Amino acid sequence: MTTRTLQVDALARVEGEGALYVKLNGDEIETVEFRIFEPPRFFEAFMRGRDAHEAPDITSRICGICPIAYVMGASHAMEQALCIEVTRPIRDLRRMIYCGEWIQSHVLHAAMLHAPDFLNLHDAMAIAKVEPELVKTALRLKKLGNTLMEVIGGRSVHPVNTRVGGFYKAPSAKAIADLIPELEWGVQAAGEVARGFAKFEFPDDEDDYVFVSLKHPELYPIDEGRIVSNTGLDIAVDEYPDHFFETHVARSNALHGHMKDGPPYLTGPLARYANNFGQLSDTAKQTAEDCGLGPVVTNPFQSILVRMVEVQYAIEEALRLARAYRPFTPAFIDAPPRAGTGHGCTEAPRGICYHRYSIDADARITDASIVPPTSQNQPQIEVDLTRVVRRYMDLPDDDLRWRCEQTIRNYDPCISCATHFLKLTVERT
Amino acid sequence: MTRPKLAVWKFASCDGCQLTLLDCEDELLALAEAVEISQFLEATSEIKDGPYDISLVEGSITTDHDLHRIREVRAQSEVLIAIGACATAGGIQALRNFADVDGYTNTVYAHPDYIETLEHSHAIADHVQVDMELRGCPVSKSQLIELITATLAARKPHIPNVSQCVECKRAETACVMVSQGIPCMGPVTQAGCGNLCPKIGRGCYGCFGPVEHANTAALSAEFARLGLSETQTRDKYRYFNAAAPAFANAGDRA
Ligand code: SF4
Ligand code: SF4
Repeated sequence: MTTRTLQVDALARVEGEGALYVKLNGDEIETVEFRIFEPPRFFEAFMRGRDAHEAPDITSRICGICPIAYVMGASHAMEQALCIEVTRPIRDLRRMIYCGEWIQSHVLHAAMLHAPDFLNLHDAMAIAKVEPELVKTALRLKKLGNTLMEVIGGRSVHPVNTRVGGFYKAPSAKAIADLIPELEWGVQAAGEVARGFAKFEFPDDEDDYVFVSLKHPELYPIDEGRIVSNTGLDIAVDEYPDHFFETHVARSNALHGHMKDGPPYLTGPLARYANNFGQLSDTAKQTAEDCGLGPVVTNPFQSILVRMVEVQYAIEEALRLARAYRPFTPAFIDAPPRAGTGHGCTEAPRGICYHRYSIDADARITDASIVPPTSQNQPQIEVDLTRVVRRYMDLPDDDLRWRCEQTIRNYDPCISCATHFLKLTVERT
Repeated sequence: MTRPKLAVWKFASCDGCQLTLLDCEDELLALAEAVEISQFLEATSEIKDGPYDISLVEGSITTDHDLHRIREVRAQSEVLIAIGACATAGGIQALRNFADVDGYTNTVYAHPDYIETLEHSHAIADHVQVDMELRGCPVSKSQLIELITATLAARKPHIPNVSQCVECKRAETACVMVSQGIPCMGPVTQAGCGNLCPKIGRGCYGCFGPVEHANTAALSAEFARLGLSETQTRDKYRYFNAAAPAFANAGDRA
């Protein structure tokens, strides 16, 4: 009997590190495990006893790539607990800064971390040698997202201007108006990048996914909505704990998210897109069509295209909000401390991110629970890996390994805080 | 001419400090020309063996495995630079240093026995020799560029070690504590962020860590005058740089 072992010492181009273990016995797949060795940072534990108003700043440090998702989820939850109703201008400005996060995070992943997979290159710097204009455009788009975050939030990683109840200070009319020309450029540029990526060769693959996302009556979901699935789930954010739960498996320092009585599910761009295609702008729908995408995409390797469609949508949306922007006061709504519980859920670039907190009469946190998208996607990532290994088992080890890594990168997994290298070990007996 | 080899390493962190490097959109391609990026897992799957001329280290040490890894990184690096509050002070996760970690694992994980962790979150310099440090949660883009440029040119980087108050005066920002009675960590916090919080009427929350010779006793007294409880004052120090000695001591005394 021959035993073949494949090993990659590092899965690169993901946020953080983990490991993958695949064991093949002849044509039988014995084990497929995606491991996360994230050294625990204990956010839920050390938040106990802290002031409710500190939750957005503390939880933003869970992830430097999507801090706004944490700021918003925590803010919404605390506002519910403290009975704060924010005003329309506050909501609009929040949506605008969230667009900035989507743009920078999606472009970083699509152009710099994911695109190299399709070009057989190691990184964006290598792409810049063969396609300098493409990389320059991508960097300019990424910068546009960061600029939005800086102008509204003060800085792009861990903004300082956001808070429970709104903002410390509304930006000036001029600061927002100055963004408009670059946003106008960005709408076109994002479409071009999407169409460029559509020329990539995509491996054949598909699944009958359960898609979980937010849904809003008028808007493509970013910062608000109900939690829905393509299998009939339709619940308010508060009902999340009634329908979802987490388990802790030995192989991972991240908890696995599950739907009660449900199969693994996918959250993120593919789910948002399938559940909310009708809410996209006409421009974004046209770009999707130009890229050969229907209203539902079931090939996870095409998630790079869906991300670029979402980038274009987010730029258009930020442009709409920027054109309508007027500075406002009060910049935030405050309320006296009271005991309560609040829930928050928004669409992080990688999918729904859920928060729940209980606070006491002094507004000190007594209980915290946060479910990031990558925890929820872990079981589905393993399903995808199994399917891909089965389909492409005959590939030579190197190609199969590359494809497995790509399968993980399709999710843009945010294994923030991880230390260990990702190891892919395929044992063939 | 061989280019200097640059490596970027991650320990317990949020990725935000290394992301700051990727956020230098205008400088990134030039930097990739000036140095050979030899190890930067988040950005490239090309990995070159050491030794490395410059290592940027993000994150704190929280596991035994990482303790071994940082020693290896040190052994392979000519210049080792710790970037950000996690690497220079243990980060927000150092709040565990003031609590009972067994209780923590029980809070977050159903099977605490699966979790391996050290009792404390430590700064890089607690374990290996660090040649330079850059403060901030996250570090500032312009300071990061200055530090890398200076290191490549073998000159001393221009990283001022004055307080946030000095930054306010330079930017002509009205003092939020004097004019509005907002508690502010500016007097004891190192400058460098670009005066971000006071500029928008927010008190500094100390994300750049303690300035040299910080007079925390005077500030704690001022906080008391402004009506902060002992817990509130302690929490001001026990934040993103909780384990930096000056803040840890001030927190203990509050
Ligand atoms: S110092 Fe702050 S921004 Fe930098 S890695 Fe640590 S938590 Fe993230
Ligand atoms: S003012 Fe203080 S808390 Fe705000 S960004 Fe600067 S150092 Fe950090």
